[in-house]
Amino acid sequence: MELNELFYQHYWWFLISLLGAILVFLLFVQGGQSLLATMGKNEIEKSMMVNSLGRKWEFTFTTLVVFGGAFFASFPLFYSTSFGGAYWLWMAILFSFIIQAVSYEYRSKSGNFLGKKTYDAFLFVNGVVGPLLLGVAVGTFFTGADFVVDKANLTTPGAPVISSWTNDWNGLEALLDVRNLLLGITVLLLARTQGALYFMNNIKDDTLFERARKQVLVNGIVFVLFFLSFVAATLMATGYETNPLTGEVFTRPYKYFYNFVEMPWVAFMFLVGVVLVLYALIRSVFGQHFTRGIWFSGIGTVLVVLSLFFIAGYNHTPYYPSAADMQSSLTICNSSSSLFTLKTMSVVSLLIPFVLAYIFYVWRAMDKKPITASEMESNEHKY
Amino acid sequence: MNDLFTLVDWSRAQFALTAIYHWLFVPLTLGLGIIVSIMETIYYRTGDERWKTITKYWMTLFGVNFAIGVATGIILEFQFGTNWSNYSWFVGDIFGAPLAIEGIMAFFMEATFIAVMFFGWNKVSKRFHLASTWLTAIGASISALWILVANSWMQYPVGMKFDPETARNVMDDFWALVLSPVAVNKFFHAVSAGWVLGGIFVVGVSAWYLLKNRENFLAKQSIRVGAWVGLVGALVVAYTGDGSAYQVADKQPMKLAAMEGVYHGKEGQELIAFGILNPAKEFNNNEKEFLFDIPIPKLLSILATRQVDGFVPGINDIIDGGYPDKNLKGEEIIALSAQEKMERGRLAIAALADFNTARQNNDTTAMNEARARLDANYEYFGYGYVDSVEQLIPHVPFVFYSFHIMIILGGYFILFFILVLILSYKEKLHNLKWMLWVAILTIPLGYVCLEAGWIVAEMGRQPWVIQDIMPTFAAISKIEVASVQTTFWLFAALFTILLIAEVGIMLKQIKKGTEKK
Repeated sequence: MELNELFYQHYWWFLISLLGAILVFLLFVQGGQSLLATMGKNEIEKSMMVNSLGRKWEFTFTTLVVFGGAFFASFPLFYSTSFGGAYWLWMAILFSFIIQAVSYEYRSKSGNFLGKKTYDAFLFVNGVVGPLLLGVAVGTFFTGADFVVDKANLTTPGAPVISSWTNDWNGLEALLDVRNLLLGITVLLLARTQGALYFMNNIKDDTLFERARKQVLVNGIVFVLFFLSFVAATLMATGYETNPLTGEVFTRPYKYFYNFVEMPWVAFMFLVGVVLVLYALIRSVFGQHFTRGIWFSGIGTVLVVLSLFFIAGYNHTPYYPSAADMQSSLTICNSSSSLFTLKTMSVVSLLIPFVLAYIFYVWRAMDKKPITASEMESNEHKY
Repeated sequence: MNDLFTLVDWSRAQFALTAIYHWLFVPLTLGLGIIVSIMETIYYRTGDERWKTITKYWMTLFGVNFAIGVATGIILEFQFGTNWSNYSWFVGDIFGAPLAIEGIMAFFMEATFIAVMFFGWNKVSKRFHLASTWLTAIGASISALWILVANSWMQYPVGMKFDPETARNVMDDFWALVLSPVAVNKFFHAVSAGWVLGGIFVVGVSAWYLLKNRENFLAKQSIRVGAWVGLVGALVVAYTGDGSAYQVADKQPMKLAAMEGVYHGKEGQELIAFGILNPAKEFNNNEKEFLFDIPIPKLLSILATRQVDGFVPGINDIIDGGYPDKNLKGEEIIALSAQEKMERGRLAIAALADFNTARQNNDTTAMNEARARLDANYEYFGYGYVDSVEQLIPHVPFVFYSFHIMIILGGYFILFFILVLILSYKEKLHNLKWMLWVAILTIPLGYVCLEAGWIVAEMGRQPWVIQDIMPTFAAISKIEVASVQTTFWLFAALFTILLIAEVGIMLKQIKKGTEKK
């Protein structure tokens, strides 16, 4: 019974991590949006880039929504504590995705009220704010947040709310933490780098290819610096740990470093991921017309993000530490759904490989021919 | 307490605002999705290029509507966390599952195949393209299924038990949730309402072309497809509407009493076909209910109980109790009064508090004793948060008028589609200017009807966020009122701007028709 529940909690943390990892990869759409103005010197070039991203943006958006839904179903205490408490941080993220959702479809249609420039500005805002703030939000998995959980409140009819935030910033305080910011900027730069790698793969245009390559170089170098700083800061940081028998939370110096040591397979996965991303960057910048960088860096990104989620949640690590009340910290054990729900949802999760398979199949069928300038001049549906 | 209520009001206002906006676009996605799929099937079967033009034309409008549906939808899911934090923990074990399943089963399907639908004409085979269009439409319906399963569970909580150790409800029967009679009814009712709106939209837009003597082939053919889909939808809506009313009578009698403005119930209760409520009427005064009304004898008893002389309790009966009733297990009982229910609710909450204390003291005997008290009173748990019986009565005029607007318009739509079909097959429609105008003016009525239906369902169930188990005001997040006020106005402004843009683009596209640039 006990083992069983632990297994499902770990399985669901794996699925959440996988969705998070795929989401970070798919943020190449946002990164690409942030490059539109820099890389597109005329309408045709811009149009090629927008249409190239426009056939993928819904995957990113949907993954974000499913990430939220899956978190709700598997770890509802996180959903109620973080979303209700870090209100402004999550709201800012959501606003940036709301304005994205209409922008592709509306930007070049007549009668669109705000004009093309506004919709392109929406895409830019989402392209920067989305990855940055998502990175900052995930940063709090390592740095903690100010909340208290007291389930006994339910029996106080005048004030029955279980989770409360203990500062007035409601999530914006996360922006003041250096490690959160490092991760936010890292995710943004990674998104931009991968946006450029995606353009190199998806658009057949020599000028854009060269500009994208330059963006890979510039964003890639800064990305690596920020990424290494974040990793160094995290490995040196004092983290939290739970006593698996009592559930008591205490601090442990170099906790995340020890998580790598105590789970060497995660460290291995992390290193393979890093190597793949570096390989993609180097070959794309220095290789002869290398277009498959996005695939190498994509797989690498998924592996690295997975391993970061693993060291945040596995090995008796509270994945959402509370800085205000250490014992309120959320672990995959104390915040999860019931065994029954986790089991039921696990059956549903067997659909995921099937979903990935049809996405892969359709993606290939649609991308057989890369986007060209002549396609943009034809009469077919476009953004 | 006052602060709490302001926060609740703003949180409710924000949820209502975002849901009302979202529900402007979703039904058209559901309806137009099916209509476009049928049109493309005709193209696939006949190979007639004119049908390809028709399909692509409506697909463009589908895309414009779909985008804003997506934009207004994302916030609804996350709002359960941001603004209804206590709800998210108290029932997240049950409620989160359908939301996650919706994402895995439906959203990816829509996101994947909509790209083929719009950009795949020259990239994939005709057959693959047709399948993609259907899969997009089916994906939208599957999405509706899961969100309506979730919503129905709030109205009729089944398949769960309370776990005092984690202070929340946990699922114990997944299929009871999915196959609950409320969920099944609600799914068909809402999806077929989408077909009605899709039909109204296609017929109305096509009527405008006929008035202008443009796009004649497109307009005439589209009217037939639209009117058939609309008529089938309207009949299913009527059938499931009847089923819904029966379910409401059984599970949410207060909602039914508000829908019909019944204060003092009786056997052989009449249905008010239409009426003007007396604004001075309260549950605890002797004013008469209506200033004016058109009653149909015994009909409400027939609809609500399937018996001519069945007893339908009114608002006062439900407050006072004492009439024969059934509990959730279907056992015959004498209905408790509101005061008695509130008493039982307080006993349940006190038992939970005692359970917590006993657990901290490792006192197993006391834990078992408290747990027994909790179990005995749990079905009234939510009443323990209620201070006064007035809180138990929904806003009667809102619910009553919304319900009657919905019913009257629903009846009108059936006649409308029949008339359109007859005139269309007799080749008379394009010459009847007045009828074409009627068709155009029916478009806004479609939206009014669907929003009214949503208001009946959601305002009528107040004060409950989960029927009898948790009142809405106990479900909130603990945040500053000013924060929710600010986001409310941000959403109001942003969604209104996007709505203006959407309508602007729609009108331009309709004006443009199928002409090439």
